[in-house]
Amino acid sequence: MSYETVIGLEVHLQLNTKSKVFCGCSTGFGSAPNTQVCPVCLGFPGSLPVLNRRALELGAKVAIALNCAIARKIRFDRKNYFYPDLPKDYQISQFDQPLAQHGFLSVVSGEFERKIKIRRVHLEEDTGKLFHQKDSSLVDFNRSGVPLLEIVSEPDMYSPEEAYLYLTALKSILEYIDVSDCNMEEGSLRCDANISLRKKGETSLGVKTEIKNMNSFKGVKSALEYEARRQEELLEEGGRVIQETRLYNAEKGVTEPMRSKEEAHDYRYFPEPDLAPFDFEEEFLKGIERNMPELPEPKKNRFIKDYGLSNYDAAIMASDKDIAAYFEECAALYSPKTVVNWLMGDISAYMKEKNVSMKALKLKPEQLSDMLKMIDGGVITGKTAKALLIEVIETGKNPKEMVKEKGLEQISDVSLLEDTIDQVIAENLKSAEDFKNGKENAIMFLVGKVMQKTKGRANPGKINGILRERLKGAAK
Amino acid sequence: MELNTLTAHALIDLLNKKDISPIDICNSIIKRIADTEKRLNALAHFDKDAALKRVGDGFKPSPTKALSGIPVFIKDNICVKDELTTCSSKILKGFKPPYNATVINKLLAADAILMGKTNMDEFAFGSSTETSCYGASRNPWDTERIPGGSSGGSAAAVSADEAILALGSDTGGSIRQPAALCGVVGLKPTYGRVSRYGLIAFASSLDQIGPITKDVEDAAILLKAISGHDEMDSTSANIAVNDYVPEIKKDIKGLKIGIPKEYFIEGMDKDVKDSIKTAVQKLEGLGAVCEDISLPHTEYAVSVYYLVATAEASSNLARFDGVQYGLRPENAKSMIDMYKKTREQGFGDEAKRRIILGTFALSSGYYDAYYLKALKVRTLIKRDFDEAFRKFDAIVTPTSPTPAFKIGEKISDPLTMYLSDIFTISANLAGIPGISIPCGFTKNNLPIGLQILGKPFDEEMILRVAYNYEQNTDWHNRKPENILK
Repeated sequence: MSYETVIGLEVHLQLNTKSKVFCGCSTGFGSAPNTQVCPVCLGFPGSLPVLNRRALELGAKVAIALNCAIARKIRFDRKNYFYPDLPKDYQISQFDQPLAQHGFLSVVSGEFERKIKIRRVHLEEDTGKLFHQKDSSLVDFNRSGVPLLEIVSEPDMYSPEEAYLYLTALKSILEYIDVSDCNMEEGSLRCDANISLRKKGETSLGVKTEIKNMNSFKGVKSALEYEARRQEELLEEGGRVIQETRLYNAEKGVTEPMRSKEEAHDYRYFPEPDLAPFDFEEEFLKGIERNMPELPEPKKNRFIKDYGLSNYDAAIMASDKDIAAYFEECAALYSPKTVVNWLMGDISAYMKEKNVSMKALKLKPEQLSDMLKMIDGGVITGKTAKALLIEVIETGKNPKEMVKEKGLEQISDVSLLEDTIDQVIAENLKSAEDFKNGKENAIMFLVGKVMQKTKGRANPGKINGILRERLKGAAK
Repeated sequence: MELNTLTAHALIDLLNKKDISPIDICNSIIKRIADTEKRLNALAHFDKDAALKRVGDGFKPSPTKALSGIPVFIKDNICVKDELTTCSSKILKGFKPPYNATVINKLLAADAILMGKTNMDEFAFGSSTETSCYGASRNPWDTERIPGGSSGGSAAAVSADEAILALGSDTGGSIRQPAALCGVVGLKPTYGRVSRYGLIAFASSLDQIGPITKDVEDAAILLKAISGHDEMDSTSANIAVNDYVPEIKKDIKGLKIGIPKEYFIEGMDKDVKDSIKTAVQKLEGLGAVCEDISLPHTEYAVSVYYLVATAEASSNLARFDGVQYGLRPENAKSMIDMYKKTREQGFGDEAKRRIILGTFALSSGYYDAYYLKALKVRTLIKRDFDEAFRKFDAIVTPTSPTPAFKIGEKISDPLTMYLSDIFTISANLAGIPGISIPCGFTKNNLPIGLQILGKPFDEEMILRVAYNYEQNTDWHNRKPENILK
């Protein structure tokens, strides 16, 4: 029997506000435990929350970027449950009137192109963090009250791969609008998944499980792949999926059931009486809309139109806001297509190898364009350029000066080349003979030798021509 | 005359004339407390040396400040930095907040002297001050009787001249009912008039801090000192606070006052009923136009209140879990066991009762039938008042259906106890201001209170009606004589 996998994702995003969502404490990461706290985020008796408007603004930005309908009235609710990392033993969240609803995220990857539906986006406060010791546990409340945005998709993804693409596209947009660090290791982006199987062709959803504890996008994909297999095997054997929460064990690559005791919650949501509901001012919203940066999709389309890039190239250039910005700076200085080739080729390879971000890259757009100009103008060879690129990136030096300093200009003086070629022929008489006798390949060996001697500064085409002239001439 | 028996405005006059010093006032209070407190148990935390120190060498009265050198007692649910603040509950044993409530900062800015904390029903759950972990407070007019509650300690202290001024909090009548039962003035401001920051919440949508004083002018002075918008409380209103004192001295000729028929119920004390009727005639004599009106949804107020208030309380009191502060019993076997032991040992019966009731009202499957429906009826109750205030300047009712009852009389019968607040609850549900002033005594010499309700943020009007009534009667000048007998 064949099954269809149905996946929905819940992403928790820490918004990068300077202060917490309901008090003035700093949101900085990595300080000593319980140093960024006050009576409000410690939930001390008598303290009251006051909404940080910046958090609301960032939340609205996400909602706009995800094409959601934004609520006209902002209201918060209390989600009640006991846990030591939750100082008030309730979390201020939004329940039946979220910040935004009914949006979508465009996901494009190669042939794959879909609008994945977003169910809701809501604002809430983060909890503290527990540290378990042998006989006791400690709580750090620095994270308590950091603004969290929960982005919930519809069950609208049909493979773990789609879920992965959704997360990648989401992260790209979130980075574009600069609302979060989106760092899964530091916990500024967290993701839970709902997954169920149904027989192909059926429209109603099967019984789902909720998967938690995934620490990377790849982890999400692996966990979902495992869980889809597990559910399929279960159904194949005539069993039934139990609705439950399961934790992903990355080491073993499996999902394991969470103890059921911890999930039997009735959260007793009710409107938060400490925060009076208010109307979302039209002007405030308009201001946010006006300040929205260009998002990946429109940017891609503009790259195609303005720079004549292919759909594929444009998509890659637009996928990351730093790359896009870099590309545009370079494209203003030199041929966009050449820039793309280098960005996608040697530069991207270097960044991957050294794990360097676009922002940290020392290669200035002027330096890259200068180099490209030197290649196309015949000043340096492509081979020289490849080596030079690494040096420029690592030292940040001016490529033009380096070429002069190191004497890397292409040798275009034929007499100079001829001397070297004669020398190479003399040293490799066997190969020269072979060529003369019709072994076409032998010439490549000789070209290589000449290149070696000129340290790559000679034009291989020219060498080839001169060599042929010499050897063929001698054969006559 | 002993200074402790005077009003704040009388003392301010004496201080301005330099006839007395703040230390004299403090000493007279300390002396009175030494005499009466054993009998009354009105105070939860009082350290006379600390009080004297605050008014000692360093203190220089500054006449420009509203309460310079005037001592104020604070209900035990209002946070005072580094001072015990326990809501008269075992679960907050030893708790000293690291910060001041906004009202405390305002009092300090007005140069008031903080004296100590007054006893209360545990977490303000009660109408008699009997649920306090420190034991019941007693009514100065008859120490076999309760002083009302939950701000019973504040009302008893002011009534017995242990205090000049006191702050209480009022969620369903907790300022007005004890003020009535102790024969003093108590005012619950409009919701949002006074910042709740630092008031340990009972029911966030109903709680307000307010003054308990010996006369109406003092209530006006203390209210002015603590009112105003606070950035730390987003439910506090950004509406200007007028200087009440000159305004309340205007006469009440031609003012329209409504007398709701729903507030004269069966089973009500006859003396109370008669006193209110006489008081209404007095107001008419002063030129007010009194008319019978109807507030048709009054009968639902108690039910609505005990759903909304307990629902919010169940959530507000969740934080008392033994993790960060207050009680944490030894020998907990697990996290859940720690929660259970802390709350089982820390909360009294009434607190447990209300937490369970509120938890139930919010539970899945019951939410719509109880909590949500209660919210809808709350809106109807509010509309009753909106409607009435279109035609009337104020509404006058009894504060409590009965005078002070005997200690232990109702403690085992929560439903009867809950009915003590039957006339005060609606003002909290509607968010409107209300004041209780003395308007007579029963045959047994127990005080009776007159409640005056007003439009939102029109404290001026209820203070004005109250002041005019008070200045033309003598009830507020009577003092309890039998405390030490």
